[in-house]
Amino acid sequence: MSETRIAARPAAPARRSLPVAARLAVAGTIAATAVVCYLFLFIQGSFDFAFERRLTVIGTMVVVAFAHAVGTVVFQTITHNRILTPSIMGFDAVYILMQTLLVAFFGGSVLAATDGMPKLLTQTLLMVCFTMLLFRWLFSGRGGSIHVMLLVGVVLGLAFRSVSDFLQRMLSPSEYDVLSTRLFGRLTSAEASYLPLAAGVCLIAGAVVWYRCHRLDALLLGRDAATNLGIDHKRELTVMLLVVSLLIAMSTALAGPMTFFGFVTAMLAYQMTGTHRHAAVLPMAFFIGVITLVGGQFVLEHVFYASGMLTVVIEFLGGAVFLLHLLRKGTL
Amino acid sequence: MRRLPILLATLGVLALIVVSLFVGSYDIDLRSLFTDPEARRMFFISRVPRTLALVLAAAAMAVSGVIMQMLVQNRFVEPTTTGTSEWAALGVLLLTLLAPAASPLLKMGAASAFAFLGAMVFLFVLQRIALKSQVIVPIVGIMLGALISSLTLYLASTYQLLQTLATWRSGGFSSVVRGTYEPLWVVGIIVIGLYLAADRFTIAGLGRDTATSLGLPYRRIMFIGLTMVALATGVTTVVVGFLPFLGLIIPNLVSMARGDDIRSNLPWVVLSSVALMIACDLVGRTLVAPLEIPATVVLGAVGAVVFVAMILRQRKKAHV
Repeated sequence: MSETRIAARPAAPARRSLPVAARLAVAGTIAATAVVCYLFLFIQGSFDFAFERRLTVIGTMVVVAFAHAVGTVVFQTITHNRILTPSIMGFDAVYILMQTLLVAFFGGSVLAATDGMPKLLTQTLLMVCFTMLLFRWLFSGRGGSIHVMLLVGVVLGLAFRSVSDFLQRMLSPSEYDVLSTRLFGRLTSAEASYLPLAAGVCLIAGAVVWYRCHRLDALLLGRDAATNLGIDHKRELTVMLLVVSLLIAMSTALAGPMTFFGFVTAMLAYQMTGTHRHAAVLPMAFFIGVITLVGGQFVLEHVFYASGMLTVVIEFLGGAVFLLHLLRKGTL
Repeated sequence: MRRLPILLATLGVLALIVVSLFVGSYDIDLRSLFTDPEARRMFFISRVPRTLALVLAAAAMAVSGVIMQMLVQNRFVEPTTTGTSEWAALGVLLLTLLAPAASPLLKMGAASAFAFLGAMVFLFVLQRIALKSQVIVPIVGIMLGALISSLTLYLASTYQLLQTLATWRSGGFSSVVRGTYEPLWVVGIIVIGLYLAADRFTIAGLGRDTATSLGLPYRRIMFIGLTMVALATGVTTVVVGFLPFLGLIIPNLVSMARGDDIRSNLPWVVLSSVALMIACDLVGRTLVAPLEIPATVVLGAVGAVVFVAMILRQRKKAHV
């Protein structure tokens, strides 16, 4: 921990010796190694079957890592805050409420029966609409404040949770069992047919963000400085928030909610690169996300024989890191 | 003459209580109460405890909210926005896992102990971080709560208790009968204690230095205040579940209408929260009769709307 702490400070000479590009290359290599290891090692039985299944898992993980890493870094830039993650805005609550409503009104079989592109798209769009409404209502316009927007998002999230809790208690236990599999991150059981669409969304979002990398750097300077540099602050914020909510909503619809994962990748990325330039931080965050997910899954599957626990472990460790970081940094 | 408004308000609340006593799926009216022994039995087994539970729980959560807001000096804190309720849930779940046959009293003890721990953790975190705006405090609290509830959810899912947890969180007053609500009387005693000590909490809220120089044992007052809040939260969550936002919206609405004199506000806080709670319960009972929506869920929805309106109002004030 103390070593990474030094890396966060630009003045530390020992870590500065390695240029940013080299660090990115190292991280990329580790990520690629993890992917290859996961794909090819310890295959028992039919190679084709195992390989295909693992490809799906890897695909899901790469998409989720991309969505959360990029989404969180961009979100932290536009909120001027290194601790918040976009999940706090109530994505999870909206998602859980949608799933619960589906089961409550149409019965337990509906979840599997309606799986498909239209549902994924509808869910994603609903979540994006929710955050964009919040945003237009509370943040853009005069006197808007990012904190007020977050707090309102959180409060609405609590209200949705309360309604979901109530609906869930009315379900029969068998229906509830079906529902409960959807309420947690499920990286290993995502639908393969969604992946092309998800990857496409990621690519487009990635291209948009990459093209605007320098504008993001400028946004870090604050509203006035950014405006002075010729940036339409409000427009830039709207575009970026749209990208963020699209990424996170899609990831949530694909693989279930995760709260603290993005926070961990973004924090490590800033510490590992030792810079604020988005051109370096964004890829680093993505690599770290892939290493965390794929490496974690590899270790859990082959060392602890507990393959379904990855999201739970990451969420809990991430939450603990979040708390420690909050205490050490001393501000939100 | 100055006492007239509060008298009227008390009468209004009493009227609501009477309505609550006579609404329900089992047909009871004033005459059958005197003539029909069966109706009288039902009345005292079910209606009276339910209404008493509503009154006590509402008073407890509202007063807990007031105390927390004074101790933390922030308008937006109460047991559900500081993670305290989530800690209580964790406590009950742990006890359920370790000793499934534990008595309700033991459960309340566990819930209260964990609620106390949670309140301490929250205060500790708050002291360590710099606060740029009032709004950040509840965000910190809710994030802490999310952390704890992820642990609770994980435990519950491992041991197949998820639906039990959801049932218990949304609680409600429908299962309150004679024999289950009595611990809430403890909460009633706490409310009176808090009322008597209100001035001290106000001073403690001014900060350690001010409080000490005014001759107040700061640490002890903080400790007593948090213990009482934790006890109230623990007992209430075990008996009726989470009562979201009640401790937050009522004290703030009363403050908006009457200013910040805590002691003279407290009766109003208690009366209005009881009125709101009974109203929510009545709506939940009559809207989809013969089924019912738990009062906690109605409160969650109403409370969220009012809370959001309050935040927006504060925002307008800050920018005018």
